[in-house]
Amino acid sequence: MSAQLSEARPQAPSGAAPRPPSPLSIRGLVYRPEAGALIGTLGVFVFFAVFGGSKFLAAGGTASWLNVAAELGIIAIPVGLLMVAGELDLSVGSVLASSSMTLAIVSGHWGGPMILGIVLALAAGVVTGLLNGLLVTRTNVPSFVVTLATNFGMAGLTLGLSRVITGTTSVGIKPDPASKAVFGTLIGGQFEVAIFWWLAVAAVVAWVLQMTKYGNWVLAVGGDPVSARACGIPTERLKVVLYVASGFGAALVGVIQTCLYNGAQVANGQSFVFNSIIAVVVGGVLLTGGYGSVIGVILGTLTFAIVNQGIYYTGWNADWASFILGVLILAAVLMNNTFRRLALSARAGKKA
Amino acid sequence: MNQPTPPAATTPILRLADVSKTFVGTNALQDISLEVHAGQVLCLLGDNGAGKSTLIKILSGFHAPTTGTMEVDGEPVVFKSPRDASDRGIATVHQFGGTFPLMSVGRSFWVGVEPSKGRGPLKWFDKKFAGEVAVREMRSLGITRVTDGNRLVGSLSGGERQTLAIARAVYFGAKVLILDEPTAALGVKEASHVLRIIMQARAKGIAVVFVTHNVLHAMMVGDHFAVLIHGRKADDFHKGERTREQITDLMAGGEAMAELEAELDKLQAGA
Ligand SMILES: Nc1ncnc2c1ncn2[C@@H]1O[C@H](COP(=O)(O)OP(=O)(O)OP(=O)(O)O)[C@@H](O)[C@H]1O
Ligand SMILES: [Mg+2]
Repeated sequence: MSAQLSEARPQAPSGAAPRPPSPLSIRGLVYRPEAGALIGTLGVFVFFAVFGGSKFLAAGGTASWLNVAAELGIIAIPVGLLMVAGELDLSVGSVLASSSMTLAIVSGHWGGPMILGIVLALAAGVVTGLLNGLLVTRTNVPSFVVTLATNFGMAGLTLGLSRVITGTTSVGIKPDPASKAVFGTLIGGQFEVAIFWWLAVAAVVAWVLQMTKYGNWVLAVGGDPVSARACGIPTERLKVVLYVASGFGAALVGVIQTCLYNGAQVANGQSFVFNSIIAVVVGGVLLTGGYGSVIGVILGTLTFAIVNQGIYYTGWNADWASFILGVLILAAVLMNNTFRRLALSARAGKKA
Repeated sequence: MNQPTPPAATTPILRLADVSKTFVGTNALQDISLEVHAGQVLCLLGDNGAGKSTLIKILSGFHAPTTGTMEVDGEPVVFKSPRDASDRGIATVHQFGGTFPLMSVGRSFWVGVEPSKGRGPLKWFDKKFAGEVAVREMRSLGITRVTDGNRLVGSLSGGERQTLAIARAVYFGAKVLILDEPTAALGVKEASHVLRIIMQARAKGIAVVFVTHNVLHAMMVGDHFAVLIHGRKADDFHKGERTREQITDLMAGGEAMAELEAELDKLQAGA
């Protein structure tokens, strides 16, 4: 890089400088986007541990929310990255549906090799992501509108093509043992293998966002696109890549669900559109971009999943789950705002 | 247009010849010719909407001029993007923004030129180093209250933010530093701090283009002045060639200022 390290002057005497807070201290945590999300996750966990009892805490209960979190998380993490970069992706629902239908039709209906179906299914996600990215960066139409349009467009295309090709809207498939093991088994009879995919996606994206220059670019583009461009960041290419990643994530969950449930339906996946946004926002990502972390998105996803599943263990009417979720979203966002304000006013050297 | 007279003792770092910029419906700039020399401060003066920001957006590669040419070190150049300009050593701190409020000081200092550690695909962004350098460079420009590279830019004062942006440009070896109204939103103390930094950069041999509509600020640091009125260069002079009143009158369109003075006198007399 062009940094002129040779010019670096000797370190100024540090005697007078107060030490910066460690990221592990309470005060250091305030600097972090996931500060509020952590409280939210712990809060709902304790809440349902108390009211859900031992069944919620047993392996079966844990599996039920971990499975929901895993599938949602694989989609929410790249969607969260896009939101940090200041863009939305509402097309994940139809990408999931089209990818699972692609796999079911190619490898089920037509009897093609499993690997071919999987590759084509993932390609469907990549192509949709590419289309989203190009449309958003070339037209300057807000991504909310562009991806809302692709979500509808893809849904119609998936439905239309499925009917033309198979005559139905749901197609069965018998995955070979290898594909089943990689994408669709239940470990110990209850934990989806998707949990490992989730962890892998989280590890890769967290590394990219926190530890590489590309992560810095994402934060900069979301914070101020004009300045980011002025600093020489290829903002358009970056956004296209992020949309491709988001499409890939949704398509991966499509493959996972198809292998897990031995089939696909055209209506699958639409719940992920809003659930992913909920997970991301509860996780402390700023809806307008420039602020957020992968750990936060993971915590937001866990919070969503725990509420979504925990209600069944309380013995209360499950109709109330959405109500709790609604209250929770508001509370989480207010809390995140407070923490962000704290981070913005945190003065080094001032006692907390 | 006629050829410029034989080059002066030094070739200018940056030369604009007959640059015009037309937006749909408006002529933002018309036939602007300017020279920017190393170790000198060029002040661009002008009222709101005069075309100052448009001019520096051309210098920094944001807009392409509609007509006219640009030279860097005597070589004709065409900037296709801000990156082309920064590759030529032209660093710009824009009027609004230029820094990222929700990013840490260390991260924001290094956007686009992130330092890395390790090698190959496992290269990672060296945050500790990034923060240390940012804090140190700001301190070398007199900001001592920022001691933690993890602090968010949004928690800095306006002057501290300007300093961060200028420190960044100086650190990355800018030959031309363009500042769009860096003192506009600042109090007296912070503004004088920024003016001091401009003089520091000038002493390092950096050419500074200082955009302002504060005549006082301009006269304190400027070597050379250009006044824009409605997109045209109305005047162009060296330090000491005009009085403050002359410049103010020129910027405001002459009579307007005299009229105002007469009116104020009348009000005072009445009081
Ligand atoms: N992108 C654009 N499209 C159309 N017109 C523009 C654009 N940018 C600037 N203009 C017009 O060009 C003229 C010059 O604007 P400019 O921003 O350069 O003024 P300025 O001298 O920087 O003013 P200020 O002191 O208020 O910052 C104005 O009339 C403005 O409306
Ligand atoms: Mg301006």
